[in-house]
Amino acid sequence: MKTFRIGGVHPSENKLSADKPIQIMELPKQVVLPLSQHIGAPAVALVKKGDVVKVGTKIAEAGGFVSAAIHSSVSGKVSKIDTVIDASGYRKPAIFIDVEGDEWEESIDRTPDLVKECNLTPEEIVAKVKEAGIVGMGGACFPAHVKLAPPPGAKAECVIINGVECEPYLTADHRLMLEKTEEILVGVSILMKAVKVNKAYIGIENNKPDAIRKMQEKAVLYPGIEIVPLKVKYPQGGEKQLIDAVIGRQVPAPPAIPINVGAVVQNVGTAYAVYEAVQKNKPLFERVVTVTGKSLKNPSNFLTRMGTPMSMLIEAAGGLPEDTGKVIGGGPMMGKALSTIEVPIAKGSSGVLIMNEKEAARGEAQPCIRCAKCVSACPMGLEPFLLATASSLSDWDKVEKEGIMSCIECGSCQFTCPSHRPMLDFIRLGKGKVGAIIRARNAKK
Amino acid sequence: MSKSLIVSLSPHVHGGDSVQKNMYGVIIALVPALLVSFYMFGLGALVVTLTSVIACVFFEWAIAKFILKSKRTTILDGSAILTGLLLGFNLPSNMPLWIIIIGALVAIGVGKMTFGGLGCNPFNPALVGRVFLLISFPVQMTSWPVTGQHLSYLDAETAATPLALMKSAIHGDASALSQLPDTLDLFLGMNPGCVGEISAVALLLGLVYMLWKKIITWHIPVSIIVTVFVFAGIMHLVNPEVYASPFTHLFTGGLMLGAIFMATDYVTSPMTHKGMIIYGVAIGFLTVVIRLFGAYPEGMSFAILIMNAFTPLINTYCKPKRFGEVVKK
Amino acid sequence: MEVLLFAVVTLGGIGLVSAIVLFIASKKFAVYSDPRIAKVAEVLPQANCGGCGYPGCSGFAEACVKAGSLEGKLCPVGGQPVMAKVADILGLAAVESEPKVAVVRCNGTCANRPKLSRYDGVKSCAIAAATYGGETGCSYGCLGCGDCVKVCQFGAITINPETGIAEVDESKCTACGACVKACPKGIIELRNKGKNNRRVYVSCVNKDKGIIAKKACAASCIGCGKCVKTCPFGAITLENNLAYIDFNICKMCRKCVDECPQGAIQAINFPPRKPKAEPAADATVKPEVKAEPVAVKAETKTEAAAEGAKTVGEQTK
Repeated sequence: MKTFRIGGVHPSENKLSADKPIQIMELPKQVVLPLSQHIGAPAVALVKKGDVVKVGTKIAEAGGFVSAAIHSSVSGKVSKIDTVIDASGYRKPAIFIDVEGDEWEESIDRTPDLVKECNLTPEEIVAKVKEAGIVGMGGACFPAHVKLAPPPGAKAECVIINGVECEPYLTADHRLMLEKTEEILVGVSILMKAVKVNKAYIGIENNKPDAIRKMQEKAVLYPGIEIVPLKVKYPQGGEKQLIDAVIGRQVPAPPAIPINVGAVVQNVGTAYAVYEAVQKNKPLFERVVTVTGKSLKNPSNFLTRMGTPMSMLIEAAGGLPEDTGKVIGGGPMMGKALSTIEVPIAKGSSGVLIMNEKEAARGEAQPCIRCAKCVSACPMGLEPFLLATASSLSDWDKVEKEGIMSCIECGSCQFTCPSHRPMLDFIRLGKGKVGAIIRARNAKK
Repeated sequence: MSKSLIVSLSPHVHGGDSVQKNMYGVIIALVPALLVSFYMFGLGALVVTLTSVIACVFFEWAIAKFILKSKRTTILDGSAILTGLLLGFNLPSNMPLWIIIIGALVAIGVGKMTFGGLGCNPFNPALVGRVFLLISFPVQMTSWPVTGQHLSYLDAETAATPLALMKSAIHGDASALSQLPDTLDLFLGMNPGCVGEISAVALLLGLVYMLWKKIITWHIPVSIIVTVFVFAGIMHLVNPEVYASPFTHLFTGGLMLGAIFMATDYVTSPMTHKGMIIYGVAIGFLTVVIRLFGAYPEGMSFAILIMNAFTPLINTYCKPKRFGEVVKK
Repeated sequence: MEVLLFAVVTLGGIGLVSAIVLFIASKKFAVYSDPRIAKVAEVLPQANCGGCGYPGCSGFAEACVKAGSLEGKLCPVGGQPVMAKVADILGLAAVESEPKVAVVRCNGTCANRPKLSRYDGVKSCAIAAATYGGETGCSYGCLGCGDCVKVCQFGAITINPETGIAEVDESKCTACGACVKACPKGIIELRNKGKNNRRVYVSCVNKDKGIIAKKACAASCIGCGKCVKTCPFGAITLENNLAYIDFNICKMCRKCVDECPQGAIQAINFPPRKPKAEPAADATVKPEVKAEPVAVKAETKTEAAAEGAKTVGEQTK
């Protein structure tokens, strides 16, 4: 069975909600749509206080090439444009909409029928994806249309679809693959057309045999799509690791990107969103969110409108347990701990994970015993102990030379460290500093 | 909200590994060798190991508390117990108590705590203690009790170890090699030697346990053993009259103990697999060089200490292979 | 005898050869350096803090010698006396400059700013700031992890365990600016030391809207603009819901201090006012007070008072 070649760890999977079908979440009273739900420039608001919007109305447009439009997820009235604490832990500008009824834009096809035919040109597809505000749904939230428009000189050879879902606990992609199999496959065909290739691989980890089976059954109807079962290993869902696992090519160190080895990587959630946008004219305003945790009463998967507060999802899954210590937006390995549960669901919210006090507490850091387990675990072939130490001493030249910018922040090093050292904290700090230094240097040139 | 949430950067889960687990894992791996030593040396082995462990733990506690004035106590993490065990394993079973205590003081005080405690020492503390004793008390350190004297301690009868016999063969004693015990006895531990080093089979059992528990990787022990075997084998083929067979080399002295438990000490061994192999090969090579051409009959501890000094250099030059360095298959 | 002779000749020979090699090397590879650089470096404090903007004291000395003018060059640690000595050595005119001091512009004490979450990462402001906005509702204020304390070479900054906020000991502060660079929130500012160490400043950097800022912290600037209107000298500007007092314009009349509804404007090291003695009309420009500053100040803020007391304590020593 295929997998990536360097490092990796095996966190306990804890896929508590794997057999819970996707439920449709009820509408909240108010949604809060942050203008920055993606990597890149924030979107620019098109509405003002008092404007009446429908479901799917574009309320903010892309603020640059690397940016994405935002659409209303509800019908109602814009109550204000203010700031809200989002998953980053900072206040960011957002549009607040009071919900009235559930009236959709007429252009959206709300029938459940599968539309297979797509006669658009690649350019038209990319334009539609851009217009729909689709971003990478795996968590990084990179605007999808940017990836579909390869830079000059680079040529895509294949599309790789990420159905790995290597984060423990999360099951949103798993459920989507089971319940929207054909839609995803049509979406993948559209993506293949958009980047003008005739080969696509869908990588799925072996811990989801039902999804692999179902996808394989249906994939025979779609030429060029191959399902690739992968050995369970974290962080297989990392873009670079997935490319290595599926086609055996390694993306060189930054600034190289996947397209340099001929791959365009998208998440299964993105493929589904592309299907809906292109075939059903439905912009991205809802997504599947896993609400889970060992102490939670009913771990579930919800189809949720963007902007719904997380507290509402937690309530629907049985309410916030008494001993809650941490609420995490995303999975336990790379998700962000939240300071409040009123954070709105955004395009990149793949899950809400509740941890009790005991699970949430970090172990006390002990001296490094140089066991080199972090070195063995690092999927990028770096030396995390060295990066962390040099970074804590502010030796930015050294960490840059040691390849800190290649770090994908997967957390394998810290996960495996017997001394419980908070290595990734320091590495993130160093990465931020070195990134700023590199940008300043490039600006000077 | 009634209660405040904890916020920190990811990852939010931990694999559950800990320093204690690793240290106690190594200690468990040493149990077979400990049992064999009790069986072979009886009371003496018990007294020596127990004294060494207690002394090491005491010195670690005392130095941390009264000299470094650190608030955290580190004696429970198992590293001092491990150092004590390994030091005891490296001493003959008729060692007087006061020498053991001096050895423990040097091992913990000089070898470990002066550098800042666990994780900071450049040399394996147990070996620092042992080599200090070997140089300071050469007579006591090289008189080895014969196995099977269960109730004797200081009064145990001593005999020459196989290594000493091998050395005298090199120095021209033609009959020395024929006095060696046969290989199977060596493998099982029927020969005079230090407390814990005699039984290769018990130590290998420990190696299997540590590999199974993923406490260490195979690189260091295997590279040491293979190098010693090959190098000693070549010398044996050149002149079987003078140089003992490679199996004898493998199963005598501290080779197994050193290769499996001392050289693999996390703190003082290289970080990358490539580095570990270089380190292991060099230790194996130096050991055989000292055994065959040096003044001492045993070279394992010196070889490890020498390579400990090179570990930072190996770490600087042996980098792991970065992702993306091989672009295409 | 022969052995002795042999030894002497050998050793002498080695010595001679080495001497020749060293002599040639010293001539051939000699690097000329301006002797004045060493002289200037000698009078510098050798703290190597980098506060002057050059890499260490020798770097600063070299820059001074090469520049030919002392315009814009200041050793913040040594201050005016050291710069005068440097000017002396180089035969240049010393440039006057106002002494400065680091000011922590946050008064979000534990009482003023309740904690809403618990930070469990590495105790570093930079890392905490990368994690999220902070334990309180204010994402602009002091995080209290002490990055500034770590970089201060003069032991002038401490985190007050009661308030959880950094405090500057103005008698030790040399205004090298290391803390200003270290603070990820940009809270610390170098301000004019002021006459008798008196300073008036807005002790808040919160740019949130008034209602949010007020909810997050009882001592926050809510951007109401009252101080701007009150200031007779136009020293206060309001930008992004935050007032800022320009210390070059401020005449320290302290009108704004009374006006601020949040008590966000701090006046430090002023003598106590006579209780309601005169109408405020004469207070446009404060007359110089000859008496030693007393350890009490107009504001009731405990930490500022403590700071004042400390300063006076040191002055009277």
